[in-house]
Amino acid sequence: MNYNLTHLKELEAESIYILREVFAQFENPSILFSGGKDSIVVTHLARKAFHPAKIPFPLVHIDTGHNFPETIAFRDNLVEELGAKLIVGSVQKSIDEGRAAEEKGKNASRNAIQTITLLDTIEENQFDACIGGARRDEEKARAKERFFSHRDEFGQWDPKNQRPELWNLFNGKHHHGEHFRVFPLSNWTEMDVWQYILAENIAIPSLYFAHERQVIWRSNTWLPVSDFIQIGEQDEVVTKQLRFRTLGDITITGGIESDADTLAKIVEEVASARQTERGNREDDKRSETAMEDRKKEGYF
Amino acid sequence: MTDSPKAQSPKPDTQKPKANANHYLDMELLRFTTAGSVDDGKSTLIGRLLYDSKSIFEDQIEQVKQSSERKGLTHTDLALLTDGLKDEREQGITIDVAYRYFATPKRKFIIADTPGHIQYTRNMVTGASTANVALILVDARNGVVEQTCRHSIIAALLQIPHVVVCVNKMDLVDYKQEVFDQIKTDYEQFASKLDVKDVRFIPISALNGDNVVNRSEKMTWYEGSTLLYTLENIHIGSDHNHIDCRFPVQTVIRPKNDAYHDYRGYAGRIAGGVFKPGDSVTVLPSGFTSKVKTIETFEGPLEEAFAPMSVTLTLEDNIDVSRGDMIVRDNNQPNPTQDVEVMLCWLNNKGPMPRSKYTIRHTTSEMKSMIKEIRYKLDISTLHRNEEDKNIGMNDICRVSLRTTKPILSDSYRKNRQTGSIILVDDATNETVAAGMII
Repeated sequence: MNYNLTHLKELEAESIYILREVFAQFENPSILFSGGKDSIVVTHLARKAFHPAKIPFPLVHIDTGHNFPETIAFRDNLVEELGAKLIVGSVQKSIDEGRAAEEKGKNASRNAIQTITLLDTIEENQFDACIGGARRDEEKARAKERFFSHRDEFGQWDPKNQRPELWNLFNGKHHHGEHFRVFPLSNWTEMDVWQYILAENIAIPSLYFAHERQVIWRSNTWLPVSDFIQIGEQDEVVTKQLRFRTLGDITITGGIESDADTLAKIVEEVASARQTERGNREDDKRSETAMEDRKKEGYF
Repeated sequence: MTDSPKAQSPKPDTQKPKANANHYLDMELLRFTTAGSVDDGKSTLIGRLLYDSKSIFEDQIEQVKQSSERKGLTHTDLALLTDGLKDEREQGITIDVAYRYFATPKRKFIIADTPGHIQYTRNMVTGASTANVALILVDARNGVVEQTCRHSIIAALLQIPHVVVCVNKMDLVDYKQEVFDQIKTDYEQFASKLDVKDVRFIPISALNGDNVVNRSEKMTWYEGSTLLYTLENIHIGSDHNHIDCRFPVQTVIRPKNDAYHDYRGYAGRIAGGVFKPGDSVTVLPSGFTSKVKTIETFEGPLEEAFAPMSVTLTLEDNIDVSRGDMIVRDNNQPNPTQDVEVMLCWLNNKGPMPRSKYTIRHTTSEMKSMIKEIRYKLDISTLHRNEEDKNIGMNDICRVSLRTTKPILSDSYRKNRQTGSIILVDDATNETVAAGMII
């Protein structure tokens, strides 16, 4: 008799357990859905965890207004297929209402001010748990995250004073107005996520596959040409065959040159990658502690 | 692949093996914890494992190089790879458990890297709670020291199934077999007092890579496996309990639609044993009996399911089952009791007052509890039981007697790490203040 699970099956069992704990321990949980592969996998796992019932969480999208159109189309399709509820928090609305101020200059992005919209959306909807797809292998501050990560009434993270997490015992107790961020994929690596997408044949946006696109070379990466970036005289617009390893706001997500146009080829490419996947993310490059600083304020 | 504008096509790759898509699909998962004191080379060892297994990316190394230069170091400090927070990098200390990931074609590894100094016990207990293997580092020059004993006692208390003692810095004792043998003898003598089932010893030099990933040419007298080979091959199939059937119910799934009108599924993660359709089961604490009708998953029903799978059970009879209940076999049940003897590790700055009350969480159930008596405080360097000083603070380990408001469905921690563990939560602050193992 062989009672061993493969690593993917064991990770899946752990994540499903976490998602069910969220449902049982919180009154008003939601999934933070970016349209990226990690939040797609979380949503897929939630579907498994509560089958044959529907996913008991709404999908929350914080919309910077600077989207890849493919991401939005994918999101709307998935929501319809799942029969899920979609809640959109609009960064544009936060700006229009004067709650957030747009950055200026060539490298301006709406990445940092998303936090304002995110926290407003959490407060407005009174979410007491927000499930995210962040993984510990992604970034050094994220390596310190708990599965159940406490946020105070200001939405802030206190990394030096986190609750210990032991065995399978997760403590989601909180006071009114506080909330938790929950990360079911904490123990997954980029490779695990891709292998799982391949093994389960999960649909993902076409942006992850190699395609031709107009780009400019900026900050050591190929940034897509869109209505939302300023193209200077010295910028040279070229057409490249590339794909995206992570998906964020179109102004900060750089592509990598690639001919990986199938899931199998992507897995192969990830296996031989020599740069981390967030290496093409402008938002992480602003300082050594860019992620930690943003996370303390309430970022994803 | 590099992203420089000049690189038109992927460079031939020397650092990472090319993998085909299904290459890693049948790997197992092994979790291990590393413990060591400040200068015993723990970071170097982790750095070595990550580096030699090709798990470090170029931009990570580049970042660490730059940080090392900024700090005025002449070498690339691999410890910076394992530190996550700003304060940790500034102060050069590790504050909190950090999780690291690497994989070989055989296994995926999760390292819980626990700091060697401040809040040592709290962090090591946390890392140890889910580990299959404890790596204990001993400096070959110093031999078995107090710190080694503390690490080993915690590994034993937390019932980590396998202990690997790495005698490090063998290069500094001229790779002498006598040094290694003496440390092994000393350790075995000390460990005979502990409840550890599987202890192995490996002489290594993390700095030079001897016996970490590659066999040492300097220690031909050593006939055992390298560290990585050991981690890849240690038998972990028996680490889960596959004998005593335990299914703590997390939540009840009721789709309430036409297709599944009367469907009631009990969702949970199997904490012990193997379940099959047709099994006679008892639901605790109610004592109602029924049979397993189906074991449901998204992919369809299963013929059997075992720990640690997450599944949904349906029962033949329509009985009242809810979160916190446990489904077990009729002839093999946990012990329902309101008085539990527990080994507690205190995790909070604020210690317990006499007869302090806390919320206790055990599997998926939760109730109030009171610390009725502190029996003794355990000295984790000597195993001495102190019955005089019962003042408990952060990082103390003590044996207590707890009284709960409802019976808890207890197993001994020795028998089952999932159904034998508890946490205590302070109702005022909501913090997890203690972790306990049922005796």
